Amino acid sequence: MANWSQLISLALFSATIRSLTPVLYPALAGIFSERSGVLNIGLEGMMLISAFAAVVGSYYSGNAWIGVLWAIAAGLLTSLIHAFMCITLKADQAIVGTGINILGIGLPSYLLLKLFGSQGISPIVNRLSKWRIPVVVDLPVIGPILGEHSPLAYIALIMVPVSWFVLFKTPFGLRLRSVGENPSAADSVGVNVYLMRYIAVMISGVLASLGGAFLSISYLAQYTRMMTAGRGFIGLAAMIFGRWNPWGALIACLIFGFADALQATAQAANVPIPPQFLLALPYILSIVTLIGAMGRANPPAYVAKPYEKA
Amino acid sequence: MKPAVEMRNIVKQFPGVLANDHISLTVEKGEIHGLLGENGAGKTTLMSILSGMSVPDEGEILLNGTPIQFGNCEDAIKQGIGMVHQHFMLVPVFTVAENIVLGNEPHKGLQLDIDQARTMVNRLSSHYGLKVDPDSVIRDISVGSQQRVEILKVLSRDAKIIILDEPTAVLTPQEVEEFYIVMRALREAGNTIIFITHKLQEIQEITDRTTVLRDGKVVGTVNTKDADNERLARMMVGRDVVLHVKKEEHQAGKVELRVENLFAKDARGLPAVKDISFEVRAGEVVGIAGVAGNGQNELVEVITGLRKQESGKIYLGDRDISKMTTRERIYAGLAHVPQDRQRRGLVMDFTLVDNFLLGYEDSPPFIEGPMINYREAERFSERSIEMFDVRTPGAHVTARTLSGGNQQKMIVAREFQRNPTVLIAAQPTRGLDIAATEFVHEELIELRAQDKAVLLISMELTEILDLSDRILVIYEGEIVGSMKANEATPEKLGLLMAGG
Ligand SMILES: Nc1ncnc2c1ncn2[C@@H]1O[C@H](COP(=O)(O)OP(=O)(O)O)[C@@H](O)[C@H]1O
Ligand SMILES: [Mg+2]
Repeated sequence: MANWSQLISLALFSATIRSLTPVLYPALAGIFSERSGVLNIGLEGMMLISAFAAVVGSYYSGNAWIGVLWAIAAGLLTSLIHAFMCITLKADQAIVGTGINILGIGLPSYLLLKLFGSQGISPIVNRLSKWRIPVVVDLPVIGPILGEHSPLAYIALIMVPVSWFVLFKTPFGLRLRSVGENPSAADSVGVNVYLMRYIAVMISGVLASLGGAFLSISYLAQYTRMMTAGRGFIGLAAMIFGRWNPWGALIACLIFGFADALQATAQAANVPIPPQFLLALPYILSIVTLIGAMGRANPPAYVAKPYEKA
Repeated sequence: MKPAVEMRNIVKQFPGVLANDHISLTVEKGEIHGLLGENGAGKTTLMSILSGMSVPDEGEILLNGTPIQFGNCEDAIKQGIGMVHQHFMLVPVFTVAENIVLGNEPHKGLQLDIDQARTMVNRLSSHYGLKVDPDSVIRDISVGSQQRVEILKVLSRDAKIIILDEPTAVLTPQEVEEFYIVMRALREAGNTIIFITHKLQEIQEITDRTTVLRDGKVVGTVNTKDADNERLARMMVGRDVVLHVKKEEHQAGKVELRVENLFAKDARGLPAVKDISFEVRAGEVVGIAGVAGNGQNELVEVITGLRKQESGKIYLGDRDISKMTTRERIYAGLAHVPQDRQRRGLVMDFTLVDNFLLGYEDSPPFIEGPMINYREAERFSERSIEMFDVRTPGAHVTARTLSGGNQQKMIVAREFQRNPTVLIAAQPTRGLDIAATEFVHEELIELRAQDKAVLLISMELTEILDLSDRILVIYEGEIVGSMKANEATPEKLGLLMAGG
């Protein structure tokens, strides 16, 4: 039975937070990488590899936090590959990113078979338990929305002001942005262009890995094949919509998260709309917002251009 | 006293070019040392090595007698070397203050201390009389201001040896005068300055000694006051140069280009060309003098069909061409050397062959059925490269890889060989070195000798005075003066150009 009134509720907004988390991470990851001048369309692949690593870590240790560490290590490693190819070898960054995405599909599938003898899904593992934030959880309205979530969801939200502060308020951020806007200028004042870009891509890898870990050992408690379902790309769309600014990206992620939560709630409530359409809704919304953002988006001037010292 | 800078036997090889061929250079403490040379002589390369931007293949550098190892800018900055690059090294989306402190940021804890940066910029700015607003964003300010930012950036790092790479190229005459004052003040303060230019009068105006480079080698170092322009030009070019072309008396023939009561608007829709009428005869050069931005661009665009006119008529011979497309005008006998060679003159990522083909691509012998006859196009390119002395490794490199002077020679080669009856040359020597300028001037005079009509638009008064038979002065879209060249003086023209 359709029950429209069930749709809009505090639970919907709480679900929004949950839905936006795995998009916000790659959005922030993309911002760090691209602000330094390195295109990173491999976020989807980085998330998949990390999601898998998180499950493996949790499986063998029995501790989901060890799983998070495994995810971070996997994210760092993958981003190092990306950085080495793009920065040191000066390969085409779009192609390297695509390669990482393909690796993200293939590698976990292969290891899934090797480690667990399974084609598509891993065993159930321990997952991160939710945090109940004292005081907040008891507040009216705010409590039900923000009071109880995965620690990774809180970290994602906190990373928005942190990223903004780092990028726009610190000497480190100024240097990071300068190598994305004019690397020769940065070089001429003694900023190490290559080092800055490596660091930025590695930060990007860590953030992407947390997004992956959230999916596999927080939202779910297992790895399923291609479980990111395009969220790495949606994150990139959010980055563009947000003009490479963490706050702007957050707004885009809120829109996506809300749409995603809405479709899930709508399906559960049996509204008379075909489920395929509901599932597609968040993606359609992303495309529409992206088209709206296109005209005014101006990416960092040197994104995707390798730096060559004379 | 040990010299401030000693560079010994510096060698730098780029693919296909030996940019610095065993160059040795000595710069004394407290002098303004000129580095003079044609485009491509290796000046920028040499100074990039000194500033750590690029790494030499051979050679050594001594500062105050002590050998040092470079190859990174941080070390060079620590040694007190600062360079203002020919192509500014600024981040367009950052503010003035952010650009100045980048790499050397004041901070409070983790946070960038932008207030301290602002204070520092203001202090330096007033100390050296270099006016900037610390909070403006670079891309919103004029090139003159951007250059002040570059200088402040160098000064903020306590540079004692200041390298200025063609700093005057982007400045207006008044700004150049102010710039000289700044340079002298820096010298008074005990700094050593290396000043790169290819303009002789700037060398005479400001330098104490001058080193001349040619083709990657040192030709010599002179005390500037002992050397006159002719000698410096000879050192620079390697032969005697005609600094002012001489033209024979030549009888003007029938009217080839006639413009009647032309009106046109600029890109913003404001009137830019207001009731302009004039004629150019066969075998005559008519110069249009004026300060940039007084409607010259729009006038040229309307005549060549690149911009719509509001009203008025344009005749080529007796044919009314005012309704024709650009292509039809070219076929009717009009050729155009555009002011912005990189935007209008060439497709920068096309090869030279493809660029030479532009405007010829649909006429024989360059087509064969539906196909382009590339063998013919190559032959034409190679002949043009040879005839017009375009310096290039070959006809199949992209136009982008050529120096500005050689790009201009390509356009001149292509347009002159159309065998036009009327040629419109808009700022044909802007940014060119002496040899290339001399070349273009001689070619224009040659066209005149062949009874072509030439319309020359230029901001350089000497160029107008040297080449023209008749001179028109444009001011705010109107022709405010017209005189025979032998009656014109720089003072007279200058007054009219300023609207007086
Ligand atoms: N990064 C580079 N790669 C290849 N060739 C270069 C590079 N920089 C300069 N050159 C070449 O070296 C020569 C000297 O250039 P440059 O030092 O810029 O001359 P100048 O400053 O005197 O005009 C030129 O032929 C130029 O084309
Ligand atoms: Mg140069």
